[in-house]
Amino acid sequence: MSGPNTQYDPVEVTPLHAEEVERTRDEALKAFAEAADLAALQEAKVAHLGEKSPIALANREIGALPPQGRKEAGQRIGAARKAINEAFAARLAVLEAEHEERMLATERVDVTLPWHTPELGARHPLSLISEQIADVFTALGWDVAEGPEIEAEWLNFDALNFQPDHPARQMQDTFFVEPAGSGKVLRTHTSPVQARSMLTRKPPIYVICPGRVFRTDELDATHTPVFYQVEGLVVDEGITLAHLKGTLDHFVVSMFGEGLEARLRPNFFPFTEPSAEVDLKCFVCRGASVGNPDRPCRTCGSEGWIEWGGCGVVNPRVLQACGIDTDRYSGFAFGMGLERTLMFRNGVEDMRDMVEGDVRFSRQFGMEI
Amino acid sequence: MRVPLSWLREYVDLPAGVTGRDVAEKLIRAGLEVETVEESDLTGPLVVGKVLTYENEPQKNGKTIRWCSLDIGKDEPQWVVCGAHNFEVGDLVVVVLPGAVLPGGFAISARKTYGHVSNGMICSSSELGLGDDGTHGIVVLEPGEATPGDDAIELLALRDDVLDIAVTPDRGYCLSIRGVAREAATAYGVALKDPADLDVNGNRSGGYPVRVDDAEACSVFVTRTVTGIDAKAQSPRWLQKRLLAAGMRPISIGVDVTNYVMLELGQPIHGYDKARLSGEIVVRRANAGEKLMTLDDQTRELDAEDLLITDDSGAIGIAGVMGGATTEISDATTDVVIEAAHFHPIVIARASRRHKLSSEASRRFEREVDPLLPRYAAQRVADLLAELAGGTILADETIVDTHALPEPVTIRADHAARVAGAPITIEETVRHLESVGCTVAPAEHGARPASLAAGVHSPALVVEPRAGAATGGGAALAGDDLITVTPPSWRPDLRDPNDFAEEVIRLFGYDNVPSILPPAPGGQGLTVSQRRRRRIATALVGAGLTEVVSYPFIGAADFDAMGLPAEDPRRTTVKLVNPLSDEEPSMQTTLLPTLLRTAERNVGRGASDLAIFQTGLVFLPKPESKPAPLPSVAQRPSDAEVQSLYDALPDQPLHLGVVLTGSSTPTGWWGKGQPVGWADAVQLARTVATAVGVEPVVRNTELAPWHPGRCAELSVDGKVIGHAGELHPKVCQAFGLPARSCAAELDLDALIAAGPSSITAEPFSSYPVAKEDVALIVPAEVAAAEVEAALVEGAGELLESIRLFDLYTGEQIGEGKKSLAFALRFRAADRTLKENEVADVRQAAVQVAVDRFGAVQRVG
Ligand SMILES: [Zn+2]
Repeated sequence: MSGPNTQYDPVEVTPLHAEEVERTRDEALKAFAEAADLAALQEAKVAHLGEKSPIALANREIGALPPQGRKEAGQRIGAARKAINEAFAARLAVLEAEHEERMLATERVDVTLPWHTPELGARHPLSLISEQIADVFTALGWDVAEGPEIEAEWLNFDALNFQPDHPARQMQDTFFVEPAGSGKVLRTHTSPVQARSMLTRKPPIYVICPGRVFRTDELDATHTPVFYQVEGLVVDEGITLAHLKGTLDHFVVSMFGEGLEARLRPNFFPFTEPSAEVDLKCFVCRGASVGNPDRPCRTCGSEGWIEWGGCGVVNPRVLQACGIDTDRYSGFAFGMGLERTLMFRNGVEDMRDMVEGDVRFSRQFGMEI
Repeated sequence: MRVPLSWLREYVDLPAGVTGRDVAEKLIRAGLEVETVEESDLTGPLVVGKVLTYENEPQKNGKTIRWCSLDIGKDEPQWVVCGAHNFEVGDLVVVVLPGAVLPGGFAISARKTYGHVSNGMICSSSELGLGDDGTHGIVVLEPGEATPGDDAIELLALRDDVLDIAVTPDRGYCLSIRGVAREAATAYGVALKDPADLDVNGNRSGGYPVRVDDAEACSVFVTRTVTGIDAKAQSPRWLQKRLLAAGMRPISIGVDVTNYVMLELGQPIHGYDKARLSGEIVVRRANAGEKLMTLDDQTRELDAEDLLITDDSGAIGIAGVMGGATTEISDATTDVVIEAAHFHPIVIARASRRHKLSSEASRRFEREVDPLLPRYAAQRVADLLAELAGGTILADETIVDTHALPEPVTIRADHAARVAGAPITIEETVRHLESVGCTVAPAEHGARPASLAAGVHSPALVVEPRAGAATGGGAALAGDDLITVTPPSWRPDLRDPNDFAEEVIRLFGYDNVPSILPPAPGGQGLTVSQRRRRRIATALVGAGLTEVVSYPFIGAADFDAMGLPAEDPRRTTVKLVNPLSDEEPSMQTTLLPTLLRTAERNVGRGASDLAIFQTGLVFLPKPESKPAPLPSVAQRPSDAEVQSLYDALPDQPLHLGVVLTGSSTPTGWWGKGQPVGWADAVQLARTVATAVGVEPVVRNTELAPWHPGRCAELSVDGKVIGHAGELHPKVCQAFGLPARSCAAELDLDALIAAGPSSITAEPFSSYPVAKEDVALIVPAEVAAAEVEAALVEGAGELLESIRLFDLYTGEQIGEGKKSLAFALRFRAADRTLKENEVADVRQAAVQVAVDRFGAVQRVG
């Protein structure tokens, strides 16, 4: 290592000669440019920027110069070092980018290949539609009420103003629980949940009751002995038929789309008075198929309306049996079959598909209906 | 009720050109369930022909056909082949000519048959769409009824539309032309000509002797007698045609006339052959052991509750349901006793059900018939018998009448408007009530409105009618005025204020009621249980399972197939009195049988890898099953009664069932697949529990239908909430499933109830983690979960997590042993753990396992 030496003129130190510094720099730049890959660049870096590289050595010689020569030599060397460093960084960036590009290209896969984790399963559409209906009504502030499937005959019939000799109570419709005269049945409708709601809650009552019900029908394309209903009940002060219509219209729009409505047709049910059938404006043709044989509609049979369910103003006798003050409160109720709703809403043609448990039926729907 | 439009027109002045469809539309809007409208598709030419000649021609097939020439009003006779023989030369018949279309779309052309060219054919009643008239032959018109060449369509009114109406229980009066005519008249705003409005020429006494022993069951009994009829006379064509169109077969003049009047007025009539009656007619309940042969030739054992018509010979009819054979009208009958009575609807409904005998009469009596009708109906029958069968009507009449007509009901004048929430004026209210036949008057001073529920006066609401309220018209009444409404005799269903409101609103028009969404008070959304059930379903679907539904009915064969021992509590079931199938009389106590059957069906249809689930109630009988009471509906049952209703029911918890079969991971380009195994089922059960925030304790157990060595019991807080694992090989076999299929069943109600009420967030440490692995050799029968629990217990608070990462059995560690390797992570809340601290905690953890199970640390 050389120490300071005042005897020597600075120009006498060869590595610090301007031409020499330029040459060293140019050699480094050339080496970097010629480095074909990162390994070669690394070698060139050791040779031209390492501890024993000419520029490092030259830098050390600066200290040996007399003070008056140091400044100029320092600037010259510094400029050269900067140029070499920059050239290295630039080349490194280029080579790294090339390397990454090459690597990513070799790692290309076929993303259409399947994988072994299980595919998403599926809900049964009856569950999905019943949850969707529950959501429509909870959004209105209603509660979702539930009840058992083996039900007291009194709650299934008597409380709902079905007289003891009403045909619906007879053997041809109702599953009776042993022993005969047990006073227990498989509920024939979700209406006993209405009675339970009135017996246990105080008005105002706003409940929606989805559930499974039972009738002694044989299974065929349009009947099943075990099926699902949804039923709504409101008991409050000043409730009218107009409120029933408003609720059904809202329900129809929520389930079938804007611009549709419900229509009521007078009918008879023991637990409502007045009573009506609910028709739904056909959501496919919106009535355009009526009297228009060129544009027949399969969904509504070109009737323009689809029969959907039953409804009415709660018969005050029902309110009375359930302990609601009929001078103060009135109510309405409505009910629909969910299988039937799925049949016309989602084009299910055979009731049996819904009850046989073939996974292919549910899987068509996944988690959406 | 089948209603021919032509019959309806006789009593309602319907606008010209109105079709069956038009009328149906109007009636539907008024609340009648018109199920179908039969429109005739008949087109001519269809003419009257006179038989000129015929030849009987026997055929090889044994039949004899007739080759006939007919005068159809043209120059040349028409030649046709006819298979029927019930006509003679000179008879008038109905001939369909080539080019015509008969009902049902049968196009007629000239065709070669039996060696002749038949230019049309002679028609039978059913070919004309008139129904089977029972003659098994062609229609023969009355002499002089028409001339050859007349248009038979016009003559026989063949193109009549028929409305078929399903009559709801409250509209019994619509089981008659009279009732439907009333609705049609109201719907079209035209006058009704009431067919019951006829002169009765009886003298109210001296008729056939009658005694009614049960006035409650039989409140009206009227008889008239017609003598000297020709029972062999044929009913005229118009009458036959109407019966056929209404769905009844013509039988004989005596029977046809009674049926005709029943259809027209709604009053069932019974006719007795007077010569076959002996002594007084007595209406009474049956005695034990009494029997009766009914008109359908069946001998029926009578029940003490049956209401009978009897004479000195014993029972001659089940009142209102069916007459007896012994007093039936026959061809030899000359004198007829006509019975027109009023029976209690429930008495008839029960008798009809008891004897499984639903007749046209019982269907009407069950829905209650107008109690004022009997006298008029008896007169109508007598008139027709006199006119059509040449009888003489005796003026003597028997009238037993104890019937109390419905009381007037006092309601608010604006009650209908208040029920509807629609601006129905009081004037409209009165008008609509009057148009259904009610009499409306302002209430008397001091009257109280009827209670809405029970037809009794409500003490709560006393409204004084305004002074000077005008009578009639209704216009002068205000909303809080009271009106007194007397329902017509044919509307026994009109009892409560809302019954009247319905009549008003349906005539006002449901379409005219506004649509208002009622604002509910704020709700709380789904319950915790409802939310958690949805989460569980979502988690299962996320794990690849598909939801299915199935019926909840099972039988002993299911339990046998599941291998349940005789004393298994799941064999104790709630049974049905009338199950769909005698093989499945029970309500399910477990979801697995129906789910396994569903799995079998899917496998049978080609599903090889199957993962299905179902949620549903199971029905667990209580040790002492009490009948559920039937309290009065006149008021709310007491709390104790309500409780006893609930207590009488079986427990019905919600269960989840899962069945897995095939592979859990398929073989693919990634490598070899994995068959479904016990661990998949157990893991699913854990997933379900985790979905609702529950960490179940799992242990080995033995329970059918699972493999005795591969069944996990899951419990929470010491309560068993379900089982999961591999099915017993015999169960797979019994249900036709691949070997090693797996299943799980969980009590979702119990699981959901065990979920946390809320979760408090704990701070977590930012100091470094220390990782330690521990391998322990333990006896093979020791459960991994228990070893893990021991390590957790020993490690204490500093243990952050523990995971079993290896299981080894083999020579290196000896028979009857296994090695379990756990990865432990330690971390302190407030400092970096020192090496010796970690070593101490690790040792403490191992020590508990050593003490508890004799575990040995495996080194290297
Ligand atoms: Zn449509």
